[in-house]
Amino acid sequence: MAESRIRARPVHPWPLRLMHWLNAVAIVTMIGSGLQIYNASPLFDFTFPPLVTIGGWLGAGIAWHLAFIWLMMVNGLAYLIWGGLTGHFRRKFFPFSLRAVAREIWAALRFRLPHRHGVYNSVQRLFYLGVIFAGVVVVISGLGIWKPVQLWFFTDLCGGYFVARYVHFFAMAAIAAFVVIHLLLVIAVPKSLPPMITGGKILDPQS
Amino acid sequence: MKKLDLNRRKLLARAMALGVVSTLPACDYDDPSNPDLADKFLHMMSAFNDRVQQALFNPHTLAPIFSPDQITNPPRFNAFYDISQAPVVDPATYRLELGGQIQQQTPWGLQALRALPQESQITRLICVEGWRVIGQWAGVRLSEFFRRVGADTTCKYVSFKCADGYYSSIDMESALHPQTILALDFLGAPLTPPFGAPVRLRIPTKLGFKNPKSVMQISVGNVYTGGYWEDQGYNWFSGS
Repeated sequence: MAESRIRARPVHPWPLRLMHWLNAVAIVTMIGSGLQIYNASPLFDFTFPPLVTIGGWLGAGIAWHLAFIWLMMVNGLAYLIWGGLTGHFRRKFFPFSLRAVAREIWAALRFRLPHRHGVYNSVQRLFYLGVIFAGVVVVISGLGIWKPVQLWFFTDLCGGYFVARYVHFFAMAAIAAFVVIHLLLVIAVPKSLPPMITGGKILDPQS
Repeated sequence: MKKLDLNRRKLLARAMALGVVSTLPACDYDDPSNPDLADKFLHMMSAFNDRVQQALFNPHTLAPIFSPDQITNPPRFNAFYDISQAPVVDPATYRLELGGQIQQQTPWGLQALRALPQESQITRLICVEGWRVIGQWAGVRLSEFFRRVGADTTCKYVSFKCADGYYSSIDMESALHPQTILALDFLGAPLTPPFGAPVRLRIPTKLGFKNPKSVMQISVGNVYTGGYWEDQGYNWFSGS
């Protein structure tokens, strides 16, 4: 076997890494400032402590939220276009079936789920597709709350202004839950972090 | 292997430090006269968002209309002071002053305003805080009022001064929107002091704080005049 036929390719190509970290900054700022806005008129019987809010008061919370909305939307749109055009989504998230998810959860519970480097199992596929869906919902409901007159179709799609605030909150909560699990997995498997910064290497046999 | 571990630890420590810094409870816009770097960035983005909203504004898109049974009752009071502090303006001596690029600047009394064609609307008022109420307002279309007093509608800004020291300003295009009215009545009766007696701006295409109450003076011009909340950091356009 000729050595030259084996070429290294990055685990995470640079556009993905760039978008990942831009998204990390955007998500932290959007959730922190969003919780600040939430506190001005809470939907539930609780508010969020200053430790997790950004801005210090409503006016600054809104200012941060509507400043970083552009980073989040432009970066998110770039990710969707890049993922579609390069075949990243097709390769990483598909084929996808809920039956496979159930099977792999069962396998994982018996510690029989193998780890394949660079390949997402069905549970991971469910999580990534789910968080992309939550991202689309959070943007649509957010636009519906921001512009219920001019972008009324987004507001209507979410069940009206009043319901859209709940939709926005729960979509945020889903993303926050994803982030928590994502970080717990990074802590559990620390070697997965450096490739997201440096790119990492997979030995990729070319024929 | 050891070297890799060290790098990883460094990276983890840095990532955690970044996380801590980014969640520090910083307070922004706390001194509007001395903006720091973050404040300048937020101002820049807010000005950008003003332009986006101006481009998004369609003068023919109407704010949704509601039915009488959807009206919020009792109505919700909101101001930067307690309800007991609401200014009481004598309706008999009230005169709405006009200024700036308006030809006929004779002050208007309530009788004269009521003699103009009246428009009624059941619309939703959305507060910048997130809550919303539905109410019924009636009064004079601002575009009709401007036509009668000969306001220069090519100007960029319409500014309002209120009996309680509140002030605000809106863009001309929104001012000329058919649902923008100088409200005299609320829920079928003349406005009461907590809800903006004797005259308030009702503009359902903007957030609640862009609906100044107890309006004493209206002026038209090309100089940006800001507003009570806007000067503290709220987005100026604040369209819905």
